[in-house]
Amino acid sequence: MTWRNGVNHEKADVHGFSGIPDARGYYGAYGGRFVPETLISALDELEALYGDARRDPSFAAEYESMLRSFAGRPTPVTYAERLSAHYAKARIFLKREDLCHTGAHKINNTIGQILLAKRSGKSRVIAETGAGQHGVATATVAAKLGMECIVYMGEEDMGRQSLNVHRMEMLGARVVPVTSGTRTLKDATSEALRDWVTNVRDTFYIIGSVVGPHPYPQMVRDFQSVIGRETRAQMDALVGRDPDILVACVGGGSNAIGFFHPFLESSVRMVGVEAAGLGIETGKHAATLTQGTPGVLHGSLSYLLQDAEGQVQLAHSLSAGLDYPGVGPEHSYLKDEGRVHYVSVTDREALQAARLLSRLEGIIPALETAHAVAYLEKLMLTTRPEEVVVVNISGRGDKDITTYARI
Amino acid sequence: MINALEQRLSGNRERGVASLVFFVTAGYPTADATVELAQALEEGGADALEIGMPFSDPMADGPMIQKSSAVALANGVNVPWIFEQVARIRNRSPLPIVLMGYVNPVLRYGVGRFFADAADAGVNGVILPEVPLEEWPRFGDHVAAHYLSGILLATPTTPAERVRAIDAASSGFLYAVSSTGVTGGNTDEQALINVAGMRTLVTKNPMLVGFGVSTPAQALAFAKVSDGVIIGSALIRQLENGQKSSEISVWARDFRSGLDARS
Repeated sequence: MTWRNGVNHEKADVHGFSGIPDARGYYGAYGGRFVPETLISALDELEALYGDARRDPSFAAEYESMLRSFAGRPTPVTYAERLSAHYAKARIFLKREDLCHTGAHKINNTIGQILLAKRSGKSRVIAETGAGQHGVATATVAAKLGMECIVYMGEEDMGRQSLNVHRMEMLGARVVPVTSGTRTLKDATSEALRDWVTNVRDTFYIIGSVVGPHPYPQMVRDFQSVIGRETRAQMDALVGRDPDILVACVGGGSNAIGFFHPFLESSVRMVGVEAAGLGIETGKHAATLTQGTPGVLHGSLSYLLQDAEGQVQLAHSLSAGLDYPGVGPEHSYLKDEGRVHYVSVTDREALQAARLLSRLEGIIPALETAHAVAYLEKLMLTTRPEEVVVVNISGRGDKDITTYARI
Repeated sequence: MINALEQRLSGNRERGVASLVFFVTAGYPTADATVELAQALEEGGADALEIGMPFSDPMADGPMIQKSSAVALANGVNVPWIFEQVARIRNRSPLPIVLMGYVNPVLRYGVGRFFADAADAGVNGVILPEVPLEEWPRFGDHVAAHYLSGILLATPTTPAERVRAIDAASSGFLYAVSSTGVTGGNTDEQALINVAGMRTLVTKNPMLVGFGVSTPAQALAFAKVSDGVIIGSALIRQLENGQKSSEISVWARDFRSGLDARS
């Protein structure tokens, strides 16, 4: 990768995961800010605003209060007794982000960002959404705080996640169909950026994953880290120690980063599960970290599905939330460092896992989440019965019920 | 050493002539259109040509340039092909040429190799609108090594100190974005005020105005508060409407006449 001229290639101190990103928003060689000049002052303002908020105890108090009284945190950890018995190869626990208000982890981040939006004095918020979970979470907090909300969503995704379109509209948001490109999350993100670059003075862009230009990947990670912090304390109470293995699905990567981050400096093993779509060998997949190469999309340098000429390739996943050719820069860094192991499972394996979890545990997971559950099939070949595995159940599956009903 | 672009634009500024630059997406509307179009625009009075390198995800562009990029990619346009077209234009004309594009295809091609091959083909300058000042050094060193111009953008949201720093880091010209938004937007009185304010800060380079300059009258209005204009989406619209090269020459000439009315 000789083209990364001028970028610090030196590996960060492995004990220093809490020290990233650096002042320029780099996670090792990844991250940064690759956006039109018009957005630079807005990003500088956001960075300053976020810095002030982090030093302000009243901001933390308000954020935590909303997590508790509005989002329903802390979410429980459930021992998956029948799933554990099914494999008889480990004790499996489930971190229940599906029990958050709106049905997924996304609200942890939108509460944080809407409070920043309020602090900024801007009255209009915009968001991109794939599966619609981030759109619903944004529409929800915008309604709660009385702000105008516009959500960009690919036309293809509006069809396959129509329940969430209705929810956003019920909450008073305007859902704008995106008809360019592949009509999925990638194009919705481009369209949201076009809105922001046009209306930057009065608009706060609530990005839904650990992607985009600095400081978004850091900010979203920090807001989602509540997942991992709670998990660590809960596992300590339940089994008296850290778990052995954490498993989470990775699209842009926000639930996984939030789950992993508080454990990065421990010895806990971590697995990020990407979407293999119809199968890696078919080329129709969204396995960015395992199949991609470094490149720039939507404001940061990270692994990317691209062709030999640097054009972005189409991702494919039955799951709208994982159907994205990019991934957060911190994941790229954790992959290169070998700190997190990234794997992929197919649409078919995810569908089977959704059924298995529903029948054995009484939990219908989101299709995205089902990818993490599906990896247990392979992981359980390697574990010992006394080992403790925690799977992040990032969202519930109501939105996917028509897909599940078809199989 | 001063290259042909710098010579032309600085020379214009010294003589009190407003510079006229056109933007066209490489390989649009057809793969064989670009060379002929360059000649037509030169005959129409262009001082330089910006050739857009198409990208699959043009997040900073409005609908016209988005569409033209998709067509160009479908026509098989890629970086080596663009260099060939530049070399063909260069064989028959000294018209200064600037490449403009999203950064990922440049990274993929290899930064060092990209600027070396661009210079070999006869390119005079490069604009990478997704690369702000902070990320510029890793590109700027190569730009300078090949005597290319590295053109950065300043926008209405850029603070005064930063405009000065962008001017200092740029060569060839400074690209003044007239209003917030994507390419092909509308301009208003505020855009003129934005540009006039920016001009007082730009001392090193000629300052050319782009984004939303679509008629000869607008071009003249902007030229009165700058050193020239860049016409992009308006040209793409002409091409979409099926205008032939001879007609494009006449169309471009209207802008030239409009600008010449400044002095």
